[in-house]
Amino acid sequence: MSSDTLTKAAAAAPQEAAPLRIVPQRRLGLWATAVAVLVLLGLALNSLAHNDAFQWGVVGDYFTSASVLRGLWLTLWLTAVVMALGFALGTPLAAFRLSTNPVLRAVSWGYVWLFRSMPILVQLLFWFNIGALYPQILGVKTVNLLGPVTVAVLGLTLHEAAYAAEVVRGGILSVDRGQIEAAQALGLSRWRRWRRIVLPQAMRSIVPPAGNMLIGTLKGTSIVSVIAVQDLLYSVQLVYHRTYQVMPLLMVATLWYVVVTSVLSVGQYYVEKHYARGSERTR
Amino acid sequence: MNAPDEATGETAVSAAAAGTNQTGAPAMVDIKSVRKSFGPLEVLKGIDLQVRAGEVTVVIGPSGSGKSTLLRTINHLEKVDQGRISVDGSFVGYRRSGDKLYELPEREILGQRTRIGFVFQNFNLFPHLTVLENIVEAPVHALKRPREDAVAAARRLLDRVGLADKADAYPKQLSGGQQQRVAIARALALEPKLLLFDEPTSALDPELVGEVLDVIKDLAHRGTTMIVVTHEIGFAREVADTVVFMDDGRIVEQGAPGDVLERPAHERTRAFLAKVL
Repeated sequence: MSSDTLTKAAAAAPQEAAPLRIVPQRRLGLWATAVAVLVLLGLALNSLAHNDAFQWGVVGDYFTSASVLRGLWLTLWLTAVVMALGFALGTPLAAFRLSTNPVLRAVSWGYVWLFRSMPILVQLLFWFNIGALYPQILGVKTVNLLGPVTVAVLGLTLHEAAYAAEVVRGGILSVDRGQIEAAQALGLSRWRRWRRIVLPQAMRSIVPPAGNMLIGTLKGTSIVSVIAVQDLLYSVQLVYHRTYQVMPLLMVATLWYVVVTSVLSVGQYYVEKHYARGSERTR
Repeated sequence: MNAPDEATGETAVSAAAAGTNQTGAPAMVDIKSVRKSFGPLEVLKGIDLQVRAGEVTVVIGPSGSGKSTLLRTINHLEKVDQGRISVDGSFVGYRRSGDKLYELPEREILGQRTRIGFVFQNFNLFPHLTVLENIVEAPVHALKRPREDAVAAARRLLDRVGLADKADAYPKQLSGGQQQRVAIARALALEPKLLLFDEPTSALDPELVGEVLDVIKDLAHRGTTMIVVTHEIGFAREVADTVVFMDDGRIVEQGAPGDVLERPAHERTRAFLAKVL
């Protein structure tokens, strides 16, 4: 039958000057699924908006209150400091791991193994109580030397460095061996090869997981509330322990985390674009 | 050109290191009984080769014959297990003291490498740098030339390889043939005394091979000393002063292209040529 239709169509075609219109397949299933999902989403949002227990008015009251903003500020600088120090320590660790020196390789491997094995919560408590092992450090009382904020920076940095080391190492391994050989053949020094040739190319593979780490760290800093560091989460906890408005204040913290994460994601897009220069996909 | 500036302390070593050929002129490259293994696999089984200044030596042979490894030992990208290699009178990667060769610190090896240009099969241009930045990187940072001079020289070199308008392009925006011409310009920017080409056209589409070979031929006619590992027999016939045929880690025969390519003395050379021609 089809050959018959084809013949007829072919016979009819030459007379028609206008091109034949293409009618796409009707995708009823796609529409049905989309409607169902939208309805469910609408119901969920509706219940969020109209559940009085959320007390959105209270959320509004505290969203920009001084104590919450102070907590937010601590969360932000703690994240920045921990990420900066984490990568500052992680980059040489990655270099050690890739070095020809077996001792450096072993030390780097051991560091990553230890600090990735240890839960960050355990580590914070450990540093917080280090005075039990060393009551004095260089003649100074350990409790005076290691306050809660110092412990938070120390513990989070050591933890972060282990992950940063692996992220940087992965980036370096992604750079083609021929790039290093070409730089060697041109007589470029070890430092120059590293700074100018390897790292900029490694950055393309480093940025996405580093962005992940940054956002993870931002939220992960909330763990320091256990040692009474007044970050964003601890600040809202202080309020709700007094007022019992638990849900609205948790929403305050959540909304701030969402806002900052969104800003960071936009930033990551531009950083990626910068390091992608010269690659085919930006042409 | 720079010969009179060379440290005089080296001359005693230089005379000993540089082999002399029949005409008495010192060889630019002198390779003596070089052996090299990768694990249990011996890829160079005692290589002796001399290249005179201003000559073009083309190395041919089946894949796995050790020709690329030999080329890479000349600028110390691969370390030899035995034997020695001198370029322009000094050992590459080593310092001789008595009957021992001491490996040099990396800084000095890097200095030696700036006098030997190397062109890779896969170009190995730096993808995150523009064409111009690729070329000026080594003159500015390895030779400490003033940036303006290096840029001016780079533009002249780009003009010479026919890519004057591509200075600000990124390598990925160029065809393979154009990339390899940039790589040649990058090697030339160091004004090397010796140029090494490792299968410079093997990664190219057939229609792009010609433009790269033309640049290399032009260099040959200007009297640049070079060693070219290639599968392009026609190029060897046209440009080479000496053709070297390698097989299984050894030099089977070498001589003028008219002899090696037209009247090979060895059965293995004949078999190889029958396959590639």
